[in-house]
Amino acid sequence: MSDIYYNAKENFAGVIERLMGRYRVYAPVKQDRCHEFAPLRNAEEADLGFSNTRLSPKGLFHPQAERMFEYSLANDDPQAGIVKEAQKDFSPRVVLGVRPCDAKAFDLDDANFNTETIKDPWWVRRRETTTMIGLACDSPCSTCFCTSMGSGPYDTAGLDVLLVDAGEGYAAEVLSEKGKNTLSVTSGWTPVTSAILPLTHKKKAAEQSVGIAFDPAAIAKKQMLELYNSPTWEEVQFACINCGACTFVCPTCWCFDIQDEVCGDKGERLRLWDSCMFPLFTLHGSGHNPRSQKTQRVRQRFMHKLKYYQDKYNSGPACVGCGRCVQACPVNIDIRQVGRQMAAQTCSQPA
Amino acid sequence: MQPYSESIREAAKRLLLEKRVDAVIGFRKGTVPFMNEPFLARTPEQADQLVWDGNCAINLANYLPKRTGSVAIAAKGCDSRSIVIHLLENQIRREQLYVLGIPCQGMTDKRKIADRLNGRQVLQAEENGGKVLVSGRDFEQSFERAEFLQQNCAICTHKNPVLYDELLGQPVEEQQIDRYEQTSKIESMLPEQKRLYFDELVQPCIRCYACRNACPACYCPTCFVDESKPQWLGKTTDPTDTLTFHFLRAFHVAGRCTDCGSCERACPVGIKVRLFTMELEKQVKKLYGYEAGMTQDERPPLDAFRSDDPEPFLG
Repeated sequence: MSDIYYNAKENFAGVIERLMGRYRVYAPVKQDRCHEFAPLRNAEEADLGFSNTRLSPKGLFHPQAERMFEYSLANDDPQAGIVKEAQKDFSPRVVLGVRPCDAKAFDLDDANFNTETIKDPWWVRRRETTTMIGLACDSPCSTCFCTSMGSGPYDTAGLDVLLVDAGEGYAAEVLSEKGKNTLSVTSGWTPVTSAILPLTHKKKAAEQSVGIAFDPAAIAKKQMLELYNSPTWEEVQFACINCGACTFVCPTCWCFDIQDEVCGDKGERLRLWDSCMFPLFTLHGSGHNPRSQKTQRVRQRFMHKLKYYQDKYNSGPACVGCGRCVQACPVNIDIRQVGRQMAAQTCSQPA
Repeated sequence: MQPYSESIREAAKRLLLEKRVDAVIGFRKGTVPFMNEPFLARTPEQADQLVWDGNCAINLANYLPKRTGSVAIAAKGCDSRSIVIHLLENQIRREQLYVLGIPCQGMTDKRKIADRLNGRQVLQAEENGGKVLVSGRDFEQSFERAEFLQQNCAICTHKNPVLYDELLGQPVEEQQIDRYEQTSKIESMLPEQKRLYFDELVQPCIRCYACRNACPACYCPTCFVDESKPQWLGKTTDPTDTLTFHFLRAFHVAGRCTDCGSCERACPVGIKVRLFTMELEKQVKKLYGYEAGMTQDERPPLDAFRSDDPEPFLG
């Protein structure tokens, strides 16, 4: 049974300031016509009245360019040619105002970056030293479909604290020890024991206002090869321009490329966002490209998110229904529509 | 916007039934407001899905390079000029194409409308005559479409297709306008100011290359950004590398860009990338008196040499 506290909105600048005293705080900041998660320079910059950020907050854990290693190439340097891990700042952070869909996405990303056998050191350390304070959604966008993907506007997956807008103040549901410790550096919280019924109503209203997209379980049940060989991909792929915008705004897209950049006698090994939408993505050193055709690449994206991930990890699709790809796609390829088509494929009887 | 949906469907069905073409490239209705999806109709039944309105901004010529078979394509002014460039550059043969010319009254800029609505979310948007009726959860507002056109459409001087097999409507009046007002302002800045201006302009760039992919003139099998032997520029969001990408892409489309605006429309972070291409369009016009894609009888200046080419840099 988690603890719930209440704090007045007029105290909140003070809450954020206290957090900033101990942590590097990231919150949604208005930039031109959109919001993005940015490190706060002062409490007033945080805008919790946002709907969602244009880019997902995945860049806070998996940056577009991650300096992994560095090395010197100087002739007179005895350390020349030795690859060393780049120094990073892992001092504690707070991500304030993250939406439940994005928080769940990080849990899904863990399947890639934090496994039994392989742990990405930078991802893992950032996850360990970051407190996720989420903000429940009361006005989901028309492009949201989190409830169809196993998440929801009040979902607590991946969060240490969930804030709910309670009119004059915020209710905070403490979900972990880390969340409790972080909140304890701030003040003005009173425990809430009763009168949380209005919040339950708000939760229900929010969930009901999210559009139904498709049933990923129906896709999980289909034969993989039948989906793979479906003739509908021909129609889905036509409009796609392989621009990669979908993968870049998506919180569960993690693919990367590794490159060295050398300037003078200093070099860096970088990990960079890559995209399965790019033709180069699967180009082998031999010159062979198993996904040289656009159809293959378009199919790959949807199969990975909605089928392969489900088959491999048995924990739902690699999609949280944030709807960013629907908004970003310049040719209006809509994953909700593609998902519906995939779910509707009729099963053939096994031979 | 003239009622083109009917005429496109009629023409498409006719051409498919006559087997004049294997397929028709157009748009079908999108799933979100202000968007339509490029669509390939292969049968008369599929042709019934074709629509045309102020949300058909993406340049369909982008789907032509190296296409096999015969295809009909809906083309507004800028699109038709991009088709001319493709013909000149041997990306497709004239015999393969049946161009359905569309005299264009401009495309709606959904971002301009979003700015005016100040964060209120649009759930429905409908065109009616010269107006756009926009509605959301608890509001309804009507806009004069002519005041909310994409920037490239607002300053367009070639709304009528220059190449077509069939014109689907009455030609519209072309306007006389200074297309280079904004670029001239930037030209007059001091170098340090310019550098700051451009740095700020591309600061949100995430190097997704949506601008390049939406552009019909960008069809290189291996784009310069993806070359590795040698590597011309880095792949991070380093400001110098990012500016280099945008500058060089603008140079590569100089004399070939028809200002269709697809690049700006495709950008997920709303960068005004046309500011780069417009400057080069101006220079090409000034130096060579050339406008991209107006005629099949003249090659773009940067891929042809004539003895009377201006060479002001030679003494």
